[in-house]
Amino acid sequence: MKPTDAAVTWIEEKPLGLAERLYLPLFVQGLTTTARHLVSPKVTVSYPEQRPKVGNPLIYRGVHRLNRDTEGRVKCVACFLCATACPAHCIDIVATDSPWPDREKYPESFAIDELRCIFCGMCEEACPVDAIELTSLLDLTGKSREEMIFDKEKLLSVYDMTKDSEPMKSASLGGTL
Amino acid sequence: MPTVIVDGKEIEIGADERLNCIEAARRAGAEIPHYCWHPGLSVVASCRMCLVETGTRDAATGKISMMPKLVPACQTPAKDGTVIVTESQLVKESRARVEEALLIDHPIDCPICDKAGECLLQDYHFQHGQAERRADLHPFTSRRRDVGPTVTLFVDRCIMCTRCVRFTREVSGTSELMVTSRGAKEEIDIFPGHPLDNKLSGNVVDLCPVGALGDKDFLYQQRVWFMKREANVCGGCSAGCSIHTEHNQDTVYRLKPRENPHVNKWWICDDGRYGWHHIHDASRIVGAGRRASSSTPLESVEWADVITRLRADLKAASRLAVAVSPMLTVEEAWMLCAVARSIDPQALLAVGHVPQAGEDETFPGGFTIRAEKCPNRLGVEGVIALFDPAVRSWNDLVSHVRAGHADAAWITGAYPAAWIDDDTAAAFADLKCLVVQDLFDSPLTALATWKLPAAGFAERAGTWVNVAHRAQAFEQAVRPPAGVWPEGRLYWNMLGRRGLYDPTAVRRQIADSSASFAALAGEIPSTGVDLRIHQLASTTS
Repeated sequence: MKPTDAAVTWIEEKPLGLAERLYLPLFVQGLTTTARHLVSPKVTVSYPEQRPKVGNPLIYRGVHRLNRDTEGRVKCVACFLCATACPAHCIDIVATDSPWPDREKYPESFAIDELRCIFCGMCEEACPVDAIELTSLLDLTGKSREEMIFDKEKLLSVYDMTKDSEPMKSASLGGTL
Repeated sequence: MPTVIVDGKEIEIGADERLNCIEAARRAGAEIPHYCWHPGLSVVASCRMCLVETGTRDAATGKISMMPKLVPACQTPAKDGTVIVTESQLVKESRARVEEALLIDHPIDCPICDKAGECLLQDYHFQHGQAERRADLHPFTSRRRDVGPTVTLFVDRCIMCTRCVRFTREVSGTSELMVTSRGAKEEIDIFPGHPLDNKLSGNVVDLCPVGALGDKDFLYQQRVWFMKREANVCGGCSAGCSIHTEHNQDTVYRLKPRENPHVNKWWICDDGRYGWHHIHDASRIVGAGRRASSSTPLESVEWADVITRLRADLKAASRLAVAVSPMLTVEEAWMLCAVARSIDPQALLAVGHVPQAGEDETFPGGFTIRAEKCPNRLGVEGVIALFDPAVRSWNDLVSHVRAGHADAAWITGAYPAAWIDDDTAAAFADLKCLVVQDLFDSPLTALATWKLPAAGFAERAGTWVNVAHRAQAFEQAVRPPAGVWPEGRLYWNMLGRRGLYDPTAVRRQIADSSASFAALAGEIPSTGVDLRIHQLASTTS
């Protein structure tokens, strides 16, 4: 859009009032803010010795987990909807025929590049069987890039680790329990 | 000219055209949804999705009288004065009810269904279905039944359009599939002990409007929305079927037939459909290699050096014989001949080995699988004829070399399977310089002074001329593996031409310089051009 466009409205800057020109009231205002923070309670924590408080773990977007069904099998049906929704293209799935009679398709491999992930939660939104979820685990560290590519086993182990503190959000939904 | 009125719009159709209402409405820009009707199969009018309101306009008075009930558009011929209403409230309600009825028995397992994304049930439900379900439906897993070596049947996903049954009866003529039971219990099945095992079996998967028939080769390999499709031509035999190559990130996942009324109609054979796997074979030749003498191993050569060193080696050997493979495109063959003649003006140009397998096989539906397992023999012969009126065959070239009339030979292959035996290869053992350009190692590459890689099917661009003299142009679908220059790129550079290999520029040049390829001068339609017809037209006009 050009500055001469009719849709552009030009406004004039307000002239300084007396208080602004005196400078002193604003100076006092700024110092008051500083002084208030000197005496208010601390919000910083000494991470990692001290854990930060996560508001609601059920809506926090941390490390992914792959949920298990009632029989302990991976719940994912390898529909690729998470990989389709993923804006960072960090999910790689290899699908194949499932070894179980009541299931048709399952992920032979399921890998998430946690370094590429932007933790937007779109995969969780897209999943038709609530198999992929984001936990409240926030400290994600590793010694190499390879280590940060989470495979199916690792994602399932995140589920085992967090299933008690963070139950599945919608266990009653869908026919793939 | 007969006039048909579609949604108030008058369109004219040909006097001797036999169109049904779906086809006539399509010409007027109105798409009537349909499952069971397919232009290549007989009409059963069983799915009831294409129900429309029709009527006739009296030619004398112009008065329109409508039929009281809805009629299937697929079964109603479009005649002079036929009135078709495709979007009335009655028609819309009818479509919504058909969709609702179909979903009652459907597993709705779209997330794991391979058809999702290209499924007519999904598309039509989105366009014509109701927003809310009245029935209490829960997703379930479809029963699966093995019907043949290439196809698997998901029984509950079927909507009983019977396209597959009619295909096996009318086109392949093998009649393996049938409908068992009646009413709501109807199912597709095979006759006991007679699996769906014919050379056209893969087509039933394309015909299936839903995900009931699955291609075992493609099953769960890739979701359809990830793939890009490139209009291509099958290189499996000299029929030159029009296809779509569907690929993602330079990996081909499947081939689909592309409608071409002049060549393959709507079908392709299984040999072609599954005949692309060799291009992803790990044992393919990659990178250019040169051997200083027959006893030393190959040393790899940078492609930039290949252009000059290859020419120098061939020049030093003087008498050259060239086998132009019938797997090459017209453009590549022409450039190869031009390169060869620029090195040795007397170079012998011969058509490369033409693989044959059995006899031509024609099916009741008119589809023919050719015995000649290469796509471009006629094109290569036509190109060689531009340089040398006497077109030599591969056997002529072998006896020419055996007789000691050549010092150097340049053999192009790009064959998907082994093609040369030790005895034939031995004829080339004593040459000063042997250039072999092929996909896979063979007795010939063991003798080669220069071992160069070839491009696989879908990795090359250009024009192929099929057995009926129809020239079809196509673009490169996937990039070849690292270290492989497609033939066109090498020849383009050896001719000293600038920039990237441009098959269109070469094609125009061939068309401008010869009468036999004059038809290639302009834009080539997706269905190809007949080289002979255009010659006749140009000589009479």
